Amino acid sequence: MKDEAYAATIKSKATGTGFSRFFAANPHRKMTGWRWIVFFVAALVLIPIGVIISSFFSPASDIWQHLVETTLPGLLINTFWLALGVVVGTTLLGVSLAWFTAVYEFPGRKFFSWALLLPFAIPAYVTAFVALGLFDYAGPVQTALRAWLDSDLHWFPDIRSRLGVIMVMTLAFYPYVYLLARNAFLTQGKRSLEAAQSLGLNRQQGFCRVALPMARPWIAGGVMLALMETLADFGTVAVFNYDTFTTAIYKAWFSMFSLSAASQLASLLILIIFVLIFLEQQFRSRMRYAETKKSQHADRIKLTGWHPWAVIGFISAVLFVAFVLPVTQLVFWALDSFVRDFDQQRYLEFLWHSLSLSGLAAFITCAVAVLMVYAARRHPDGITRTAVRIATLGYALPGAVLAVGVFVPIAWLDGQLSELALQLFDIETGRLIQGTLATMLIAYMTRFLAVSHFPIDSAMQRITRSIDEAALGLGLNSWSMLQKIHLPILKSGIFTAATLVFVDVMKEMPITLMTRPFGWDTLAVRIFEMTSEGEWEQAALPSITLVLAGLIPIILFMRQTEKTS
Amino acid sequence: MSSPLLRLERIRHSYGVQTVVNDLSLTLEKGAIGCLLGPSGCGKTTVLRCIAGFEPVSAGEIFLSGVKVSSADFFMPPEQRRMGMVFQDYALFPHLDVATNIGFGLHRLSRTESKLRVDELLEIVGLSDVAKKYPHELSGGQQQRVALARALAPRPDLLLLDEPFSNLDVSLRERLSLEVRDILKTQGITAILVTHDQYEAFTLADEIGVMYEGEIQQWDTAYNLYHRPANRFVANFIGQGVFLPGKVMDSRQVEIELGLLSGNVPQDCESGCDVDVLLRPDDIVYDDASSLRAVVMHKAFRGAEILYTLRLASGGTVLSLVPSHHNHAIGEEIGIRLEADHVVAYNHPVTSSI
Repeated sequence: MKDEAYAATIKSKATGTGFSRFFAANPHRKMTGWRWIVFFVAALVLIPIGVIISSFFSPASDIWQHLVETTLPGLLINTFWLALGVVVGTTLLGVSLAWFTAVYEFPGRKFFSWALLLPFAIPAYVTAFVALGLFDYAGPVQTALRAWLDSDLHWFPDIRSRLGVIMVMTLAFYPYVYLLARNAFLTQGKRSLEAAQSLGLNRQQGFCRVALPMARPWIAGGVMLALMETLADFGTVAVFNYDTFTTAIYKAWFSMFSLSAASQLASLLILIIFVLIFLEQQFRSRMRYAETKKSQHADRIKLTGWHPWAVIGFISAVLFVAFVLPVTQLVFWALDSFVRDFDQQRYLEFLWHSLSLSGLAAFITCAVAVLMVYAARRHPDGITRTAVRIATLGYALPGAVLAVGVFVPIAWLDGQLSELALQLFDIETGRLIQGTLATMLIAYMTRFLAVSHFPIDSAMQRITRSIDEAALGLGLNSWSMLQKIHLPILKSGIFTAATLVFVDVMKEMPITLMTRPFGWDTLAVRIFEMTSEGEWEQAALPSITLVLAGLIPIILFMRQTEKTS
Repeated sequence: MSSPLLRLERIRHSYGVQTVVNDLSLTLEKGAIGCLLGPSGCGKTTVLRCIAGFEPVSAGEIFLSGVKVSSADFFMPPEQRRMGMVFQDYALFPHLDVATNIGFGLHRLSRTESKLRVDELLEIVGLSDVAKKYPHELSGGQQQRVALARALAPRPDLLLLDEPFSNLDVSLRERLSLEVRDILKTQGITAILVTHDQYEAFTLADEIGVMYEGEIQQWDTAYNLYHRPANRFVANFIGQGVFLPGKVMDSRQVEIELGLLSGNVPQDCESGCDVDVLLRPDDIVYDDASSLRAVVMHKAFRGAEILYTLRLASGGTVLSLVPSHHNHAIGEEIGIRLEADHVVAYNHPVTSSI
């Protein structure tokens, strides 16, 4: 009797209930249902892209004609120089800092290696308005210099210039290059350099002929990320009044009220982005083969004489300009506004909006990512993989583009729905989805799904098929397997994912600005509004709040790296 | 009399307080292939890295063709030592194709000279048809050959091989080490190899130094290491064997349970002193007619032979390599006979901690 029951349990485990079929990995069983989750999410990403690209081919309105004749050439030129400048700047800064901290030994190296990531915590648009506030004609630097030198300082470079934007973005985005290049230099290990030495090259030649070329795919990958951020950026160029595609999209929509012009501008930007994605994938595939395995870390070269001080001086200067200076200035402004006219209630409202929105977005995005990861695990086939790749493509789409791309189909759907309601029930519904949190959340999810997918997916990679089989073999049912095995392993991945999305949504400016319900102002929106009026002090406290939130992922990353090394 | 190609004079190397290489000396003549053999952590790789110039020595001196390259207060950078090195993980440059990898060290030659030399080496290692491929497209054995060709290209005075075959599977290992020996010998290359695999050392090297705890225990030919091990460690490390207690009869003879053995007796032993005698599996032969009997405890089938572990009447254990048609079950009693023409004996363990 007992044996029979046992056999029945085994059998039910082997065939599985719907639930265990979902969680257990078994490719032999047909359960195509779960795959539709991935397809659905992929469609959510494809619809905005499709809408925007189709507008590229739709007949041009006269506004579009007007754009081509007036602003478009300027946009292209501005974008080109900005992109080129940031590429050169981040490469020089990122690679040199990576090389110094990866290869040399000098006092404080460990501290500096981490500290150089701190600029990641400051959104670029915050660095931007602080730079303006500091170095503008009326700013403290020029005022002090004028008083000191008793001159009108006509030689002082105008910060509100192309060079100014490039410098701000370089300081904000160099950590991408730094992080990847450093990783490359560290994992190359000492073998390659030793091999070069045994073939008659000295250290310097070894760097140029071996270390640098070997790190090229990583460096290019980092530069590509910095470039994507540059093209996606809205806040920085808005503060600087430096017109690029993102600001043009915003203006076309909110000043000229032409959604079609906005989406046509977006379609051009998306084409540029697609070229970049293609290039990035090429680099990534090359990165895979260039990976050197289990090589020992190189012994660091000890710097002697004045050399360590030169390196420390250089790194400190970067840190000072990119992090210490802006944060200090923010604190002073915040204190200033605090004593003068602090509206606690308004601030708490912004904070509440930001936090609740980020929390909600993080929850939804992670939940969808978990479902996707399980679905892909159930169906490890080509179609599902492609769908997952499409679904995580949203991260490459600039927020301004995505806002347009999500808004257009939703507006259409709204129109259809209210039409239907009117015909069927004779009810005046008005807008159902437009201008609600739902629009925003869909846009956020589309953009940040990749951010949550990656950590959860890597955690899932650790649950191999044989782990599932071992668990089933040891008599666990699907619930206890989920409880005792899957959740504990996935937990940290989900936590990381949620944190990253949370902070990203908090910092996100264009999507929030363009899709928020009326009056739903967040910290980022507040910063945009205050800085566009030049009220730096008023923007300081929200900015500090964002910087503090931005520190969380850096600390997480630090702890994770510490653990693995 | 010219100086030897490589001479290490009482070198020492320490990581912090831990001494990894301790007063180690060795010489290698031009054209010879030497080997440092030992278990992991014995310091053999460190010695190689000291020779290459990747590690400093804290005492002693290293000479290359009579020129000092390392001492406690002098250090010639590795790129000036004219040594080639084959790394354990090959350290091929992943961003360069095979031909460019091989030609990497030829930066002083003109383009045509360099191309000729690369072609010549591709020919030697038999990789001409994959010259344009990238390292990740090659098999392990091919990568190994590229690493060898790259190290040989600049015609180094000395070639260093750091566990060169450890990443290959066993069948390939043996074939390739024979191949490498042929290449080195026909090219007249002086080389020094580091390995933990004695068969690799036997196939490739002319002279082998068995290392333990930072010191060379014995520097000798493979034959002598096996048949005339200088101490217990070497006897245990090289080949298989067991020790049986014995008694010294006179300066030439030792008596053990299985009979009398002739050969060299430990020098400080007088008649009647107790010793341990090393018996290899080939020292005990199968003999049905023999009155000496032993019980089969374990057997390991090896194709042509079976390696039997046998228990003697006294309770002692010996190994015996027997042609595999003499198939006996565990627990069976078989006849054996002692057939050794020399004796390897050591004083009782009080003198040795090994």
